[in-house]
Amino acid sequence: MMINLTIDGLPIQVEEGTTVLQAAEKLGISIPTLCHHPDQAVKASCRICLVECEGLSALIPSCAYPVFEGMSVKTHSSKVYNTRRHVLELILSRHAQDCLHCKRSGSCELQSISQEMHFVDSPRYPYRARSTEMDDFSSPSIARSAGKCIACGRCEYVCNEIQQVHAISKVNRGFEVNFVPAYGRPLGESVCVNCGQCTQACPTGALTIKDDTRQFWNNVGGDKLMVAQVAPSVRINLAEALGEAPGTLSTGRLVTAMRRLGFDMVFDSDFTADLTIMEEGTELLGRLQNGGALPMITSCSPGWIKFCETYYPEFIPNLSTCKSPQGMFGALIKTYYAEKLDKKPQDIMSVAIMPCTAKKYEAKRPELGRDGYQDVDLVLTVVELGRMIRSAGINFADLPEEEFDAPFGLGSGAGAIFGVTGGVMEAALRTVYEVVTGETLENIEFDAVRGFEGVKEATIQVGDLPVKVAVAHGLGNARKVMDAVRDGKAEYHFIEIMACPGGCIGGGGNVIKNWKRMQPRYEAIYREDRRLPLRKSHENQAVQNLYKEFLGEPNGHKSHELLHTTYTDRSRLLR
Amino acid sequence: MLQETRIVLRNVGLIDPVSIDDYRTRGGYEGLRKALSMTPDQVIKEIETSALRGRGGAGFPTGKKLRISNGVEADQKYIICNADEGEPGTNKDRVILSNDPNTVLEGMAIAAYAAGATKGFVYLRYEYPYIFPILEEAIENATKAGCLGKNIFGSGFDFEVDVVSGGGAYVCGEETALIASISGKRGEPQFKPPYPGVSGLYGKPTVVNNVETLSNLPSILEMGGERFKQIGVPNCTGTKVFTVCGNAERNGVVEYPMGTNLKDIFVAHGGVKNGRDLRGFMLGGQSGNLINPDQMDMNMDIESCREAGCVLGTGTVMVIDDYNEILDIVENIMTFFIHESCGKCTPCREGNIRMHELVHGINAGHGKLEDLDLLEELADTMRLASLCALGQNSSYPVTSSIHNFRPDYIRAIERGQRV
Repeated sequence: MMINLTIDGLPIQVEEGTTVLQAAEKLGISIPTLCHHPDQAVKASCRICLVECEGLSALIPSCAYPVFEGMSVKTHSSKVYNTRRHVLELILSRHAQDCLHCKRSGSCELQSISQEMHFVDSPRYPYRARSTEMDDFSSPSIARSAGKCIACGRCEYVCNEIQQVHAISKVNRGFEVNFVPAYGRPLGESVCVNCGQCTQACPTGALTIKDDTRQFWNNVGGDKLMVAQVAPSVRINLAEALGEAPGTLSTGRLVTAMRRLGFDMVFDSDFTADLTIMEEGTELLGRLQNGGALPMITSCSPGWIKFCETYYPEFIPNLSTCKSPQGMFGALIKTYYAEKLDKKPQDIMSVAIMPCTAKKYEAKRPELGRDGYQDVDLVLTVVELGRMIRSAGINFADLPEEEFDAPFGLGSGAGAIFGVTGGVMEAALRTVYEVVTGETLENIEFDAVRGFEGVKEATIQVGDLPVKVAVAHGLGNARKVMDAVRDGKAEYHFIEIMACPGGCIGGGGNVIKNWKRMQPRYEAIYREDRRLPLRKSHENQAVQNLYKEFLGEPNGHKSHELLHTTYTDRSRLLR
Repeated sequence: MLQETRIVLRNVGLIDPVSIDDYRTRGGYEGLRKALSMTPDQVIKEIETSALRGRGGAGFPTGKKLRISNGVEADQKYIICNADEGEPGTNKDRVILSNDPNTVLEGMAIAAYAAGATKGFVYLRYEYPYIFPILEEAIENATKAGCLGKNIFGSGFDFEVDVVSGGGAYVCGEETALIASISGKRGEPQFKPPYPGVSGLYGKPTVVNNVETLSNLPSILEMGGERFKQIGVPNCTGTKVFTVCGNAERNGVVEYPMGTNLKDIFVAHGGVKNGRDLRGFMLGGQSGNLINPDQMDMNMDIESCREAGCVLGTGTVMVIDDYNEILDIVENIMTFFIHESCGKCTPCREGNIRMHELVHGINAGHGKLEDLDLLEELADTMRLASLCALGQNSSYPVTSSIHNFRPDYIRAIERGQRV
């Protein structure tokens, strides 16, 4: 049913159920919001989006209020402006006053609303900080500055409703409200899986990606060889972090920028993504043929791994033992590559550029290193790399394009699509099909596992075997799949799970997203796949050479030593 | 001398609270029996005729509320009795529940039949633990006697009641927060719409009514809406259970017709204790109004109070003697709201503490005249912008005291400036 209303005197007709905010947007009227998030349910708690509705004495939150027939709304009357401004003043008098050196300066929603509302006076209330005792820098991935929290509840929503990790909850009442892990534990010792989706949801600088750029600046140009690996989705998302449109592919400029920053070697994680497919595909075939734990579940997403270790420890045997592409790359750099250069592992600084905050945690896992050193020394997110490029005064927009370095510079389209939900599954199917049947796959694009639907299922005929697969992205969807498997309601051979909504292109280390921004990123990654001459992992000659020269065969002795890993039951975190 | 009119309190002190026989001897469950002989629509009509309005503070017409839920198709509907009587200085629900639980239960059953619900909850204030066993026993006895439970009076109508304890939060008296609390969530108000009557507990149509409201239903069914309407005043019918407290000579819970004059109530309760002077009244609960003795000639019903710039609220009449300072009282009330704000919406979370800060500053001698303007402006913001009634109304003690006791504020400000 269509509803007629007027906003600021302008008539408009919209669908029943439309909110006043949405109707106003259609008229080009923008209303400030804070607790509202396009991917979240209504909270109506910040009260910054209030508007006046004829016939109602109180103001109404436009983000939540559904339109009704004959409604007459004013979005900037004296009453609206003054009330909104006073609400803003109340928030500002509680909010840390350090915009000059805040990570979110320039991308802070509160800051931009203050500017839009032309709030240039000092708040009339004395500044009362939210307790800094609640600051939390214990996590390797996420930093929490309590004094910047405006209690909008967006982090709580994404953590509990979308990701269903239940790491952050609202505690205390009234003025004392805070968002912290259960039992007052620090984030680093909580069930938090480091996915960083809360930092994507936070409108201010209260929850941010832990910044490790100083470690780069302290080491660049020093004695250590700076070796970088760059994850598939970084080339999709970096340009966006530097102010370009979402989905701007910048592979060549990315490599140039990193060389100019001072990296000695810039390698492509697409390479180890292909390697992962060789190992994981072989592992899957082995389990199918020899009766291993099924369904086998992918292991490239470190947020998912910790989630599984914490909430579904009974499925640890089902996890692929393959390290993530980052983990494989780290091991190769510190062994094979170090040997090749005749360097000690300690003389190499292994840096990973990732779309992911959980990779910072993964790099610190004790099993991902040997002889007292870690395979990956430093993980920097897309956002951090963007900051470094800015700090170095590199004009990203005008950079020439360069190629990744050999011997790890070659990657297939199958490796590239690791960056999107369904990508690992599709890459594995491209290879497993051809290895098993010996035939060439006619249509290599598996549409059934593509797209942003929360849980995708397909049955793929591979030779005699109908392989049943499922793909889930976002941990809330992972729960659905895992519960179904646990309760015997679904049977699969192979499951791909990515912790972040949309996969790595929606990772916590990227520019802040919503589903609308995700679409161009999604399209870009498949564009990259189609652009590459190679589109199947097993056709990657560099990978084949590595097996010939160093590793032997997939799942062989050397592979097991370097490319596979173990997991730990972490369910004690729930107690 | 003013005499009580006891409808809600008709059995208080006369029966064993948990005895179903005692209750039935005095006509108990006859209202429900009559309701069950009618159609739900007829029952709602009868309640509409009575013009009963909710006694929890907002004064929403009870018949209309029932009709909304009645009109929604659902496989399950709920009735909730809001017994989270958290308003300081209000004890009416406690008196009703502990002395005559069956009146409430019968009212719930009537409301359930009218709305099409088969399951009810009494959400009992955390601080009333001793009422819990009374209610449980009363429910058990009534069920055994066939007045509750399956196939009541052979009519085919089922109605079961559970008692749920609150967790001690004042805000859970707000219906959406109450529903969140029953469903095991943090007790925070939710945005409306959807209203509970359409989508409430577990997403099902839910009628939430105050103890006193429900306690009127048996009598309305028995005497008929027309007769009920004769009590009280035309736009606010029936009686009101008042809690007279503070420095009155005789404090207590009493029932007078709606529209009874405050002065008469004050006199009936012996005036100020120990013959002291009257400083003023706090009316309607903590989020009510502070008035001075000159404003005492006020009829106590929803509309008359509103016209006088006050709220009837929960019907609390707190008498304040001249040993108390108004600013101390306001400060104390704001401390209460700081503690009880759930912290969800900005104006209430941040506003109450600022309000307290300003009043405390004035009271401590650091105030300025401009602070009064800021207080008024802040009160406007909280009233217009808060999510639920807590934040919308918590500024009333401040604004009403600034209006009605302005000299007290001015004196405190000037005292500070002299030092």
